[in-house]
Amino acid sequence: MRSVTRDQEIRELAEGARDVRAGLGPDVDLTRFAEAIEQGRVDSMDDLERQLKEAALRVGIDASGHGRSGSYVQVDRSAVYEAVQTSYEDRIEVMSVGHALELYDGLPEHWWRLVSPGKDKYTAYAALHETEGYFMRVRAGERIEDPIQSCLLTSENNVNQNVHNIVIVEDGAEAHIITGCTIHPDVEEGIHVGISEFYIGKGAKLTFTMIHNWSQRFDVRPRSAISVAEDGVFVNNYIMLEPVKSLQTFPVAHLEGARSRAIFNSIIYGLEDSRIDLGSDTILEGEGSRSEAVTRAISADRSTIHSRGRLTARSDTAKAHLDCRGILFSDEAVQYAVPELVSDGAPRAELSHEAAISPIAEDEIHYIMARGVPKDEAISMITRGFVDIDIPGLPEPLRRSIDEAISATAAEAL
Amino acid sequence: MEDVIPLLEIEDLSVEVEERQVLFSVNLAIGAGETHVLLGPNGSGKTTLLNTIMGLPAYRVTSGRILFGGTDITPMPIDERAKLGIGMAFQRPPAVRGVKLRQLIHVAGDGGGMEERLSGLVRNLDLDRLMDRDVNMGFSGGETKRSEMAQLLAQAPAITLFDEPESGVDLDNIAVVGEAMNALLKPGTVAERKGAGLIVTHTGHILEYVNADVGHVLLNGKLACQGNPLDLLEEIGRSGYQKCVECALCDQ
Ligand SMILES: Nc1ncnc2c1ncn2[C@@H]1O[C@H](COP(=O)(O)OP(=O)(O)OP(=O)(O)O)[C@@H](O)[C@H]1O
Ligand SMILES: [Mg+2]
Repeated sequence: MRSVTRDQEIRELAEGARDVRAGLGPDVDLTRFAEAIEQGRVDSMDDLERQLKEAALRVGIDASGHGRSGSYVQVDRSAVYEAVQTSYEDRIEVMSVGHALELYDGLPEHWWRLVSPGKDKYTAYAALHETEGYFMRVRAGERIEDPIQSCLLTSENNVNQNVHNIVIVEDGAEAHIITGCTIHPDVEEGIHVGISEFYIGKGAKLTFTMIHNWSQRFDVRPRSAISVAEDGVFVNNYIMLEPVKSLQTFPVAHLEGARSRAIFNSIIYGLEDSRIDLGSDTILEGEGSRSEAVTRAISADRSTIHSRGRLTARSDTAKAHLDCRGILFSDEAVQYAVPELVSDGAPRAELSHEAAISPIAEDEIHYIMARGVPKDEAISMITRGFVDIDIPGLPEPLRRSIDEAISATAAEAL
Repeated sequence: MEDVIPLLEIEDLSVEVEERQVLFSVNLAIGAGETHVLLGPNGSGKTTLLNTIMGLPAYRVTSGRILFGGTDITPMPIDERAKLGIGMAFQRPPAVRGVKLRQLIHVAGDGGGMEERLSGLVRNLDLDRLMDRDVNMGFSGGETKRSEMAQLLAQAPAITLFDEPESGVDLDNIAVVGEAMNALLKPGTVAERKGAGLIVTHTGHILEYVNADVGHVLLNGKLACQGNPLDLLEEIGRSGYQKCVECALCDQ
């Protein structure tokens, strides 16, 4: 049973934030969109409508489920497919969050505990129009070799798909989650609001890889927060290589436990008129906590990118580093690198950043050309190298599509 | 009548860098299979000459031309010169973040089977630990030169421009670099025919490993004289560059 008083509390917080604009990113008028509609269940991912399935493949989803320990697929507001491979049955849980709320009395310790429904109009909308999302739990001590995958799809035009995800990695457990969020090719306008709350237990490790693939008239507002206990590790990989109307997200990692760690890797590609405002906010509270955020931003066309990073040290023994690099391939593009370091009563904490926006060096291009490589190929080699940050566990097809996307624009930019 | 046309022919070449003239009417011809040595004090324009032959755009040709196998390559971009058969071991190659040495060797060899063909040589170059590192990023002096050699062995140019191949390299490594240079210059290993070379050196140490046919002295951007490379080095060692070019050893 969900607690009535808790639900009331959530509602009140949300009501109060209905019209609160986000501090960052362009404002989106949510009244323009209808609520997402219901979709029927499918027996297998292969039964998804062809174009939806193809869209899912492009964001790293394996429709056969092979090599995946579990899968979750949501279309619009409905969980249409969930599965856990037999060999993983007692080790992980993968289900719709609606189901989990019923099963676990409203998830009182996890539901809206890290992200507040009163944060802004987007969290308020998600709280007031509760639909679905995924619930994933990795049982204590379990090492899940095959990634868990989830795919959040929007198939209808002009709707607000709001999802709320809960991920719990219990003490000593280890897993990799791949989440692909995308839309049906016929969808023109819409918004995706994603609430995600991650709980990383003691000595646990989660690698969370998120691939976004939207379109020129689609707005996206993820709201994520992570708490990491003692010796826990959270690795977040974020990849977006297609145009979007606007995307703004600033996930907050709370490194609460001693020696907890967070690593954020982002590859963002500003195309057409995209307005992207993306970063990570890490709060280092635990003794000896560590964090690293690496962003590679490429700006093309008329895009605007804000690449942010904030590190706040509250422990004297914390250490963290930001590494933001950008390249502009267009004289109509705008890119901001906004690193922010805060030492909050932690005189001995070490925080540092490197931020650079600069073109590819001519002497490097010429050096590669001297080995017989034409100029455009030399530039794309260097550009690919620029975004080739070490992303552990990235599925091979995805790695290839990153390569292809980058080479194409780099060559075009000449 | 064979090989009447020199492989590389530099005619009356004048070059400006950053609006300043660095080379003045240089004439030089290197026949197929010949190895030449280029000597000269710091700043005399040796690297400028090599970079101009390679086609680096900062080096502006204000007069004269460069012919390769009889073709005027003066207006040609770098990659086309490389494809024709000109290779260069850079004096100070740039570090390229994100591009691995392995990739560069692969593209230099045009994706070809350098591994089998030259596996022994590459093993001697001791590159295992460098292959998957960003090229020249934090490489030591000796590692940089060995990495240049590996790329050139893969590329197998008809003529290789070596810009101070032994600088910053210890004695053991000079032997390794020298072996790679010989593979590029002698017939049979990298190509059927003898390769040609133009070697810039200050000390001449590398000539203990590599045979050279002709030496040239470049002074203030002008080729001052030519002669037997070892004789020239000895004379320069004894009485300095200025005296050397005035001496009778050279065919002025
Ligand atoms: N890219 C460049 N930009 C500006 N000046 C240059 C450049 N390349 C060469 N020069 C200048 O041209 C002159 C000749 O330099 P170069 O590098 O050719 O000399 P070098 O004979 O190779 O000397 P070293 O023995 O010290 O290597 C120098 O005055 C140098 O500063
Ligand atoms: Mg030089």
